[in-house]
Amino acid sequence: MKKIRCALIGSGNIGTDLIYKIQRSPVLEPVWMVGIDPESEGLARARSMGLKTTAEGVDGLLPHVLEDNIQIAFDATSAYVHAENSRKLNELGVLMIDLTPAAIGPLCVPPVNLREHADKLEMNVNMISCAGQATIPIVNAVSRIQSVGYAEIVASLASKSVGPGTRANLDEFTYTTSNAIEVVGGARKGKALAIINPAEPPLIMRNTIYCLTDEVPDEARITASVLEMIKEVQKYVPGYRLVNGPVFDETPKGHRVSVFMEVAGLGDYLPKYAGNLDIMTAAATRTAEMFAEEILAGKIKLQSMEVA
Amino acid sequence: MSASSLKGRKVILHDMCLRDGMHAKREQISVDQMVKVATALDGAGVPYLQVTHGAGMGGNSLQHGFAPHTNEEYISAVASKMKQAKVSVLLIPGLGTMRELQSAYDCGARSVHVATHCTEADTSPQHIAFARKLGMDTTGFLMMAHLNDPAGIAQQGKLMEGYGANTVYVTDSAGYMLPEDVKARVQALRDVLKPETEIGFHGHHNLGMGIANSIAAIEAGASRIDGSVAGLGAGAGNTPLEVFAAVCERMGIDTGVDLFKLMDAAEDIIVPMMDHIVRVDRESLTLGFAGVYSTFLLHSKRAAERFGVPARDILVELGRKKMIGGQEDMIMDTAMTMAKERGLLKEVAA
Repeated sequence: MKKIRCALIGSGNIGTDLIYKIQRSPVLEPVWMVGIDPESEGLARARSMGLKTTAEGVDGLLPHVLEDNIQIAFDATSAYVHAENSRKLNELGVLMIDLTPAAIGPLCVPPVNLREHADKLEMNVNMISCAGQATIPIVNAVSRIQSVGYAEIVASLASKSVGPGTRANLDEFTYTTSNAIEVVGGARKGKALAIINPAEPPLIMRNTIYCLTDEVPDEARITASVLEMIKEVQKYVPGYRLVNGPVFDETPKGHRVSVFMEVAGLGDYLPKYAGNLDIMTAAATRTAEMFAEEILAGKIKLQSMEVA
Repeated sequence: MSASSLKGRKVILHDMCLRDGMHAKREQISVDQMVKVATALDGAGVPYLQVTHGAGMGGNSLQHGFAPHTNEEYISAVASKMKQAKVSVLLIPGLGTMRELQSAYDCGARSVHVATHCTEADTSPQHIAFARKLGMDTTGFLMMAHLNDPAGIAQQGKLMEGYGANTVYVTDSAGYMLPEDVKARVQALRDVLKPETEIGFHGHHNLGMGIANSIAAIEAGASRIDGSVAGLGAGAGNTPLEVFAAVCERMGIDTGVDLFKLMDAAEDIIVPMMDHIVRVDRESLTLGFAGVYSTFLLHSKRAAERFGVPARDILVELGRKKMIGGQEDMIMDTAMTMAKERGLLKEVAA
């Protein structure tokens, strides 16, 4: 079967893990890996896995886009360079899946709103953050039953799974995730907290989701909705698991629903504790697959944006 | 005799009762109480006072509790009344942001503890650099310092100095360290940091070692000490500042504070504010013994009450699982998992 050819930009943890995910996809094929350091381990690994590589950044990829028929690119660099990368590739008709906190395109959490973005033929969709992918489905599972005035998420990440880009830009992570809890999760106000824990052996990714519902929560319906949502996420992240909750209690701030999750990864590039890496790359892959299926079925045709 | 060896050393005291003390008050301190405490400490000559939610900038949350007022309201109210003391704030990257630091600065804060876990200094470069850009007295604050060895602490402190920190702190968040542990870490920092970079120590009194550890830090080269009047702080509290000031006076260490005024503030203002007497009790001793973040104390007591698992068991399990500051959500989670194992709670059907 024909596959849609992809480029990966950024040769760090996320970019490298994406190679494994995309190689397994029935509709996607990883062709190029773009880095900025010729000596980088990520580029060497990409070459050994059969990808073409450039250490010249996105400019090193541009001359090959048309001849290699690259139709989808994944950007796992940083919020600061993403806009430029996206503009250059969109001009050549390449669809951009953004894994940085730049969030210039619409925010995507597959089980919540992927279909909507595919239908609109967006040329740039943003994957928010690992914590966003792990928690927003639960916020949405509550808010689709009852209105949520405030939602707060706490993501605990193993130190070894957090790369230098995320570390140096924690504020961007906070802002992007908090905003997405509102826009995609459906809470009127959102707040995101991140904890990096260095314990050895590394701790598996944990996420706690708190929602304050406006009215007294319908415990049975919310529990059913959360369990159903978990099954949807498990379709692309099998290690997404409920540990405790939903717990319902009254606090001075209102009716609180608490859900305690863990995310085990597939252990592709980093070991299984790095569920944060997996949920991000798996969601990005799932998103690209939806677009690829539409392209292959002839339902959508990517166009260069020069005319715009 | 140490009295002579430290005679004449100058030490800058930094009071924590309006920040760490917020934990011990479940974040419930009014603006009026803050102003009253701060005015008394200012009058006693304490040079720095920390004023924020217990978890610092961005602390108001379901995870850490909501204070009755915003950080901005507290800081503005206190800063406008200070004659000599500088108001400082706490900023933990991942919770607080640079926007909030700017806002604290605008309200009058002039010093900041930028805090990371003791192995994660590289999450703080943006915030430390930004604080320096604002012209703030900037500390890199290495929390749970018992979980990194002296060489590791030195390496992390060097990173923070490189980002622009004027001072690097060894922070005994669990009140677990003994004087030898403190000395080794302060000495390791002194060996690698520039001579003009100061070193500080922040203790908790869970093993009753707050004062001894602070003196040990000074012996090894520290020149800044955090404490809180009457010990109002998380766990068994911080190093009680008035007691520490008295010890310094006996040893000839120059703190510049008025001891009797501090004693009066402790007895007449702080102690009457306490919801519970902050002291070494069964649970706070467990924190110090097991190496658990001091703020977990009251959360664990609440979870114990709700799920029927003793607080000491929960704290020991949190220590075993190596949970760190900020993971308060894992207290309820751990209590529920333990309650299920003990047949006290049923699983939600999946």
